[in-house]
Amino acid sequence: MGVTALALETRDLVAGYEPDLPIVRGASIRVARGEIVLLLGPNGAGKSTLVKAIAGLVPVSAGEILADGASIAGVPTHRLIRRGLAFVPQTDNVFTGLSVRENLVLAAGLLPVAQRGQRVKEMLTLFPDLARLAAQAAGRLSGGQRQMLAIARALVVGPRLLMLDEPSAGLSPLLVGTVMAKLSEIRGQGVTILMVEQNARAALPIADRAYVLVEGRVAHEGPAAGLFDDPAVAALYLGGRPRAA
Amino acid sequence: MNGQFVIDGLLNGAMIGLGAIGLTLAYSVLRFANFAHGEFISWGGYIALLAAGGIGAVLGQPKDIGNLTFGWPLILALPVAALGAGVLALALDAVLFRRLRQKGSSITLVIASFGASLALRSLLEFLFSDDPRYYSTDIAIAMPLGLGLRASADQLGVLGFALVLMVLMHLVMTRSRLGWSLRAVSENADLARLAGIDVAGVIRAAWLIGGGLAGVTGVLLGQTVQLRPTMGFDLLLPLFSAAILGGIGSVPGAMLGGLIIGLAEALSVPLIGAEYRAAVAFLVLLAMLLVRPTGLFGVRT
Repeated sequence: MGVTALALETRDLVAGYEPDLPIVRGASIRVARGEIVLLLGPNGAGKSTLVKAIAGLVPVSAGEILADGASIAGVPTHRLIRRGLAFVPQTDNVFTGLSVRENLVLAAGLLPVAQRGQRVKEMLTLFPDLARLAAQAAGRLSGGQRQMLAIARALVVGPRLLMLDEPSAGLSPLLVGTVMAKLSEIRGQGVTILMVEQNARAALPIADRAYVLVEGRVAHEGPAAGLFDDPAVAALYLGGRPRAA
Repeated sequence: MNGQFVIDGLLNGAMIGLGAIGLTLAYSVLRFANFAHGEFISWGGYIALLAAGGIGAVLGQPKDIGNLTFGWPLILALPVAALGAGVLALALDAVLFRRLRQKGSSITLVIASFGASLALRSLLEFLFSDDPRYYSTDIAIAMPLGLGLRASADQLGVLGFALVLMVLMHLVMTRSRLGWSLRAVSENADLARLAGIDVAGVIRAAWLIGGGLAGVTGVLLGQTVQLRPTMGFDLLLPLFSAAILGGIGSVPGAMLGGLIIGLAEALSVPLIGAEYRAAVAFLVLLAMLLVRPTGLFGVRT
């Protein structure tokens, strides 16, 4: 993996809501362009905090974040979005007081005026369920529909890197399959994806590589295929501590 | 009892509604009750007094328009007052609230707003004294409207203008990107950032719009009643009642809440006497908090 192919990299990243209580404690990950990379790990491992820190929503106290080779630590979130990064939080990820269409049009506001309508239309084509609910308040959508809208909202500006925090949380197995298939389709359009996912069994088939985080650090990394065949990974994922090398 | 209270109530209510928009915007975007909001109203009124005087001096002796008791100088002074009060709100945020937001809780902001209110009111008293001031000393003559109702041209003009502003504000909130951004930031600031919205810019817009509308309210109140340094502070309770009645954070709620409070206050005069008029807003506020704390248009958070 050459340096130029890197979409995102963190180097010894330390981040947390309180400066003296870091949750991410020196995490280094690399995501190449066009990859789907998973962040796995037990509860409290710092997976969500890591993606939030990359998105500028959690303060970074040490380390580096590079997007396409340029440092982005400390860049305000709304500017990161303009630079091609998108993030779908796990909860509260749509504006419930706005309609489906308003959610999309609002996010599309970063695009030149002439492109906005077209991009919103493209999203409604990519997510046909949303098209028939366009005028409905997002607060009245089902869990699956909300997740689709949240992803569509993130995609409407045509990001190069999409980060998602547990996109399958709270969804039925059937819907989880639909979401994963959709993410695979989105990657096919050239979008790099970094995803936190507890439901590793559902996400691993579409992923290229995975990192297992434990206590704020990377405890394991490797190809997604056959990840769970490694007994050390299985132990880590079940909440164990990394074994001494 | 005749229907005259409807005219009085709508007039008063429209001004309360306009004033309450800024209060509800500041609350929804910044999550604190700004007790200094009334001062933006007073300052708006006095800024217009100075501006109209200046414009009148340049344009020559102002002539009244039609049956109105004011002329072009006051109309031209209105946007100056709106801008002045909006900039005052922005400045107060920059020197006080923004700094406290970064380290304090919302109760710190509320207490700070009390202090700011006192300081701004005292400054106005120092500059203009306690004596009431008027844009015009001409007498506004009430005209019969039919059905036994009467209203002066000033009152009708003020009511019409306030209602037009309310409709405009509603259109801004529901049809424009700025309005959607304001609603988005008030619902979830982090998600708004993720939608590419410059939240700091939206907060500045909220102060400018809220302060500006308060400034306009001050001019309308000064024209139909009088200018006093305490005029905004005295309106604070009806403003809060209107904002809470409509559902704190809801702009259409604040407008409707204002009209209801205005009508309720006006209706109380023939029913229970003018001396209890001020208590009506408080009773409505209390009843709403007990029965439906989320207000008419509010959502549970």
